[in-house]
Amino acid sequence: MIHPSLVRGLRAQLVLVFLLVSVLSAVIAATITFRQGRTAIVARAQADALQDLRAHLASRTPDLPADPTETDLRTLALQLDRAAGIRGWRTALSYRGGPLIATGAQPPLPAQLRTQAATSTTALAQRFHRGQVPWLAVALPVTAAARPQGPPPLVVYASFSLASQQQDVDTLAAAARAGALPVALVAIVPALLAARRLLRPVRRLRTAAERMAGGSLDTRVRVTGNDELADLGRTFNTMAATLQSDAAALRDMEARARRFAADVSHELRTPLAAMSAVTEVIDADATSGRLAPLTAEALQLVSDETRKLSRLVEDLIEVSRFDAGVAVLNVDEVDVGELIGKTLALRHWRDRVRTDVAPGLRARLDPRRVDVILANLVGNALRHGGTAVSVLVQVRADTEQIAVTVSDDGPGIPADLLPHVFDRFTKGDAARTRTDGSGLGLAIATENARLHGGTLTATNAPRGGTILTLTLPRHPP
Amino acid sequence: MTRVLVIEDDPAVRRGVSVGLRHRGHETVLVATGEDGLAELVASAPEVVLLDLMLPGMSGLETCRRIRAFSQVPIVILSARDDDVDIVVGLEAGADDYVIKPASTEVIEARMRAVLRRTTPPASSDQTRTTHGDLLIDRVALRALKHGTQLALAPTELKLLLFLSAAPEQTFSRQQLLEQVWEHTFYGDYRLVDACVMRLRAKIEDDPRNPRYIQTVRGFGYRFGPL
Repeated sequence: MIHPSLVRGLRAQLVLVFLLVSVLSAVIAATITFRQGRTAIVARAQADALQDLRAHLASRTPDLPADPTETDLRTLALQLDRAAGIRGWRTALSYRGGPLIATGAQPPLPAQLRTQAATSTTALAQRFHRGQVPWLAVALPVTAAARPQGPPPLVVYASFSLASQQQDVDTLAAAARAGALPVALVAIVPALLAARRLLRPVRRLRTAAERMAGGSLDTRVRVTGNDELADLGRTFNTMAATLQSDAAALRDMEARARRFAADVSHELRTPLAAMSAVTEVIDADATSGRLAPLTAEALQLVSDETRKLSRLVEDLIEVSRFDAGVAVLNVDEVDVGELIGKTLALRHWRDRVRTDVAPGLRARLDPRRVDVILANLVGNALRHGGTAVSVLVQVRADTEQIAVTVSDDGPGIPADLLPHVFDRFTKGDAARTRTDGSGLGLAIATENARLHGGTLTATNAPRGGTILTLTLPRHPP
Repeated sequence: MTRVLVIEDDPAVRRGVSVGLRHRGHETVLVATGEDGLAELVASAPEVVLLDLMLPGMSGLETCRRIRAFSQVPIVILSARDDDVDIVVGLEAGADDYVIKPASTEVIEARMRAVLRRTTPPASSDQTRTTHGDLLIDRVALRALKHGTQLALAPTELKLLLFLSAAPEQTFSRQQLLEQVWEHTFYGDYRLVDACVMRLRAKIEDDPRNPRYIQTVRGFGYRFGPL
């Protein structure tokens, strides 16, 4: 199973990025709008104020004497203050750089503006804050008609609150803010849609990969469109097709190899059937003493080898049946002690093998296959343990499984051979490659144990000798 | 000495089996095809038939069915085929036993003798004629009658019926039946027992799928009755 969180993670990331982009653009748009609006509002207020002031001044300055007295100036200031209207500016006059003359309290003026205005010939304006409220101060130099050059003799200062404009700006900002949030929320919908659209092929690929991993190599993904994901899908399909054909070729070869082994074994049976039927006749003649000793020995050899060959072919056929997967379990409830007793009695091993089995122990198993396993384990112990070997078969059972151990006091299995003892054609001693066994016995025993859902293990006892353990579940599959 | 009819197409096997059996003192009649086998069965009246399954022309299975149609002679199949389905099909065709090639003459003879012994009456039976429902079992004449009609039972089927009906309502495991009826002393094929019970039911039961005489005791084996 591929992590489902990967897809969820990708979707979350896609939606998040989409949201970020949309929020960012909304905020930037709102900020720019806000700043432009604010500048326009303030500039407009400034221009209006200056225009008004100029108009009032233009209508009043002709009445002013060439060298006005302080009273003249105060009167002018008063007149200007009265003409303020809704803007409510307050004015102050400065004649020839003299002190500010105002009607009431002096209007607040930034010092910088006064310095600049002393030498300026054009109107100046400066925004400043007084308390929390923004103010605008303007300085309007009035040049005398007789002397247009030189510093202006009279400077009119006016300052007024921009509170109402600030209110407009605040409203603007609130509107921008209020607009950005719904935009961001609405952006989730296309973000989800886009993520879904993008991730659908990814999900299809994941499902297909999972199915392939599960063994169905005929899985293909439907490829739509012409983008990078479609390319990936096409590559996936190519890979799946290659894998499928390779697997089919391999399976085919394997099946042919198995069929060959099975066919060869079956074909060997017919000539062996003829030979096996006459081994007895040969044995009788060879031991009768009527033949020349050399002929008798040759006949004995033929007879023995025929029997070995028969057993080998039987084992090969059994192995090929396991390989083909056609071996089936015929489970029956049997008495385990009785089964072991029969296995030993049938092969005349009763007096060579000791048993330790609780009487009345019953289990569900395939008696024919367990007989094969036991015969192989005990036979192996007797064969490789030497002539004086003592073999013990023990059975231990709990509610889940039955463990049958076959232990001997022989020389044990060489350490380098131990991991391969259940492999096919593993022979105990390289010098004695032709033993009685076919070399398939323990491999067949392992397959039989596996068919029961059990295991077969081999260890060397610490005091010497070999312990072969067969573990079978009480309730086979 | 037993007269054995060997139906086998492979000349080497035919000769080998013949040599082995003659060495043990039996008389053999050898034929290569099923058609010849049927003819020879009528002509020489053998006591037991050894039958190969893979024959040219008429197959071994077909030969087995044809023999069973008119004769109760014991049939032992001798075949290189050992798949479960082959064994079951062979036994269902009416054979009494199934020996897988290659087998030594000793084994072949043991199986032959076991089949032949099935035609001799069980020593322990004190009753000679017993009636079970619609069945009448005659242990002296070695026959079974249903509604007064004699049933055509193969030797193994008859032996199984005699054995089970000798101890009504007693359950025998398949292993016990294998040892008593087939005289196998090893862990043989339970399929032998199952296939034979199936054939016997087809002949004696009114409804073989709902058996009355030979009942299955799940997990244990088979039992005759209770009726």
